[in-house]
Amino acid sequence: MKIGIIIQREYLTRVKKKSFLIITFLTPILFAALMFLPSILMLNSEKLEDKRAIAVCDESGIFKGKFEDTDANSFIYSDQDLDELKALVKEGVYDGVLFIPATQLNVPTSAELYSQEPLPMTLTSHIKSNMKQAIEHQKLLASGIDPDIVKSAMGTTITLQTVRMDEVNGEEVEKKSFGEFEMIFGLFLAMIIYFVVFLFGSQVMRGVIEEKTNRIIEVLVCSVKPFELMMGKIIGIALVGLTQFVLWIVLSLGIYTAVTMATGTPDLLSNGTVMSEQVIDAQQITEGDEMLKEVMDVVHSINFSEILWCFLLYFIGGYFLYAAMFAATGSACDNETDSQQFTLPISIPLILAIVCSTGIANAPNSSLSIWLSMIPFTSPVAMMLRIPYGVPYWQIGVSAAILVLTFVIFTWLAAKIYRTGILMYGKKVSWKELLKWLRY
Amino acid sequence: MNYLEIKNVSKSYGMKKVLDDISISVPQQSIYGLLGPNGAGKTTLIRIINQITMPDTGQVLLNGNPLSPKDVEIIGYLPEERGLYKKMKVGEQAVYLAQLKGMDRRDADNKLRHWFVKFGITEWWDKKVEELSKGMQQKVQFIVTVIHEPKLLIFDEPFSGFDPVNVNLLKNEILELRDKGATILFSTHNMASVEELCDNIMLINKGEKILEGKVSDIKQQYKSHIYEMIVRPFKEGIDVPEGNTITAMENDRDGNVHITVKSANSNELIRSVLDEGELVSYKEILPSMNDIFINLVTANSSNS
Repeated sequence: MKIGIIIQREYLTRVKKKSFLIITFLTPILFAALMFLPSILMLNSEKLEDKRAIAVCDESGIFKGKFEDTDANSFIYSDQDLDELKALVKEGVYDGVLFIPATQLNVPTSAELYSQEPLPMTLTSHIKSNMKQAIEHQKLLASGIDPDIVKSAMGTTITLQTVRMDEVNGEEVEKKSFGEFEMIFGLFLAMIIYFVVFLFGSQVMRGVIEEKTNRIIEVLVCSVKPFELMMGKIIGIALVGLTQFVLWIVLSLGIYTAVTMATGTPDLLSNGTVMSEQVIDAQQITEGDEMLKEVMDVVHSINFSEILWCFLLYFIGGYFLYAAMFAATGSACDNETDSQQFTLPISIPLILAIVCSTGIANAPNSSLSIWLSMIPFTSPVAMMLRIPYGVPYWQIGVSAAILVLTFVIFTWLAAKIYRTGILMYGKKVSWKELLKWLRY
Repeated sequence: MNYLEIKNVSKSYGMKKVLDDISISVPQQSIYGLLGPNGAGKTTLIRIINQITMPDTGQVLLNGNPLSPKDVEIIGYLPEERGLYKKMKVGEQAVYLAQLKGMDRRDADNKLRHWFVKFGITEWWDKKVEELSKGMQQKVQFIVTVIHEPKLLIFDEPFSGFDPVNVNLLKNEILELRDKGATILFSTHNMASVEELCDNIMLINKGEKILEGKVSDIKQQYKSHIYEMIVRPFKEGIDVPEGNTITAMENDRDGNVHITVKSANSNELIRSVLDEGELVSYKEILPSMNDIFINLVTANSSNS
């Protein structure tokens, strides 16, 4: 089959390109670097540097012994006055001086930190939180309240479990749901489809324009049918996209395991965020675990195989529908700048779906959501947003049928425009002209 | 026997009639010239033969049968606007295009290497097309056109962009292909090459056929009875009998007179000249294809 030869060429020339290799291998590395580097740098800088000695000049006298030494900082309480300590900093005895002035009426709420070298954020936030704790403690004691009671009272957490009642095969089934998770998951799937359609759809267009501008098209169409040529290109590029995605997933997993193995810290990511907080109390950890357990419950309650099938269906359907339109657009233009007047109207429905995405995720069964998930131009994105919440099968069926039907009709129409367009040169093509080509 | 026959083909784009009832017959193993000014409809006709566009009415017969999709494999087409994938390697690309013409990979590879040797461009096999000079690309394109040994070859301005040495190389290749059995349709503005190569021609203008036939017949048909004589006169001055008009007369260094005469009766002219001097040479001046082309096209254009 000649279409096989075309698919092969479209696929191989793109996959063998240097830019493809660079993007495929660099993206996960860059992504990993973005995620891991800050925490790695932070951890290492803390470890590498010498311990800083901070002199504490406490005129108020409340903070003695309240500052906890950390891996990087130690606090020395001094009786010397500020000017003497400043001189010592200049001599290099201390790295900094923390000056807490005495106040007449109230407990002190401000302090000054002097140093020659710039001091890291971790140190200043550490000092702030230590002072805050000490003063809160002081104030509570002064009012005659036991600080421990307050601590436990403030730590109260409420968990609200949302449970959806569903009927499956006549049996009542209760599904735990977890709004945020489903929303993020849906948005993630919708964004993937959105990017794939535009990234690879525009590659189809560029490929068509390339063949047209370098005039090889005339040689090609006397060997194969324009329809085969168009479909070969669309399928070939779809395969390139799939290859890229698979490689990204494999590489990301590979890098993740490699990094965690190398540093020995399985939760490097959470470490990074906790670092700035500095204070980790026992309560929070158990709370986090509970939350994780709940998320896992919800994750288990989601029907992943169903979502995967739907994702593949809408991924392929959406890509083919838009790729056909992009191919027709490419055939009508002599160069990429000309193509703008057509690409914008084509992309508006999909952009609209993305704009409405939060609305859809907030109310997955509103009439807007249902309509958008039925209209074939928006359904690939809209349906992905709704699917994690559970969508009735008949709706998926109708929407998928409409999508497939539209994609067949549009491929047929696009092929007609393509057939005429690829051999037209130097003509500023209008929408009216395109309609005329449909009748040739 | 006619290998390619086009019967009453018409084609319009919207209101514009591009081809109007065109019929041609191309005998097997001959070179057929398709002539006409720009925009005459040549490219459309070629596209119809290539099944890129469909005629509105009329029929194209190849070897006696109506065109079928399978026929693309026995047609080779070199379009006027040459084009190859710029970023693709020459050899890889040539194999790809040969595969699209129905050859299998290994066969294509073997034959291509043979042609690359013949054209002296073996070292370009692994180069990208954009690294090649224009003439080089043209050679590659020519090879790609003929690689699948088509029975019908269509060349649209095959010599544009070639230097004289390569034009000669190409001419010989084209003649060789014909001798091996290919039927060739040849579209060009280069009238000198038409006279040199074509057996038959058709001239179209504005979608209409205005002339068709054997090149030699056409020249006879459009001859204007002009003869050029070189005479060594016995005495000063040469007279011609009544009914003949001298259009030019010139003496050369050797004392010969060159006379161009428009004559209705060649024999009578010679007889009378024999009395006037010694006839050194005598020949009929036939119009060049270039003259015929220009005359017919301008006449046709002013008529309508």
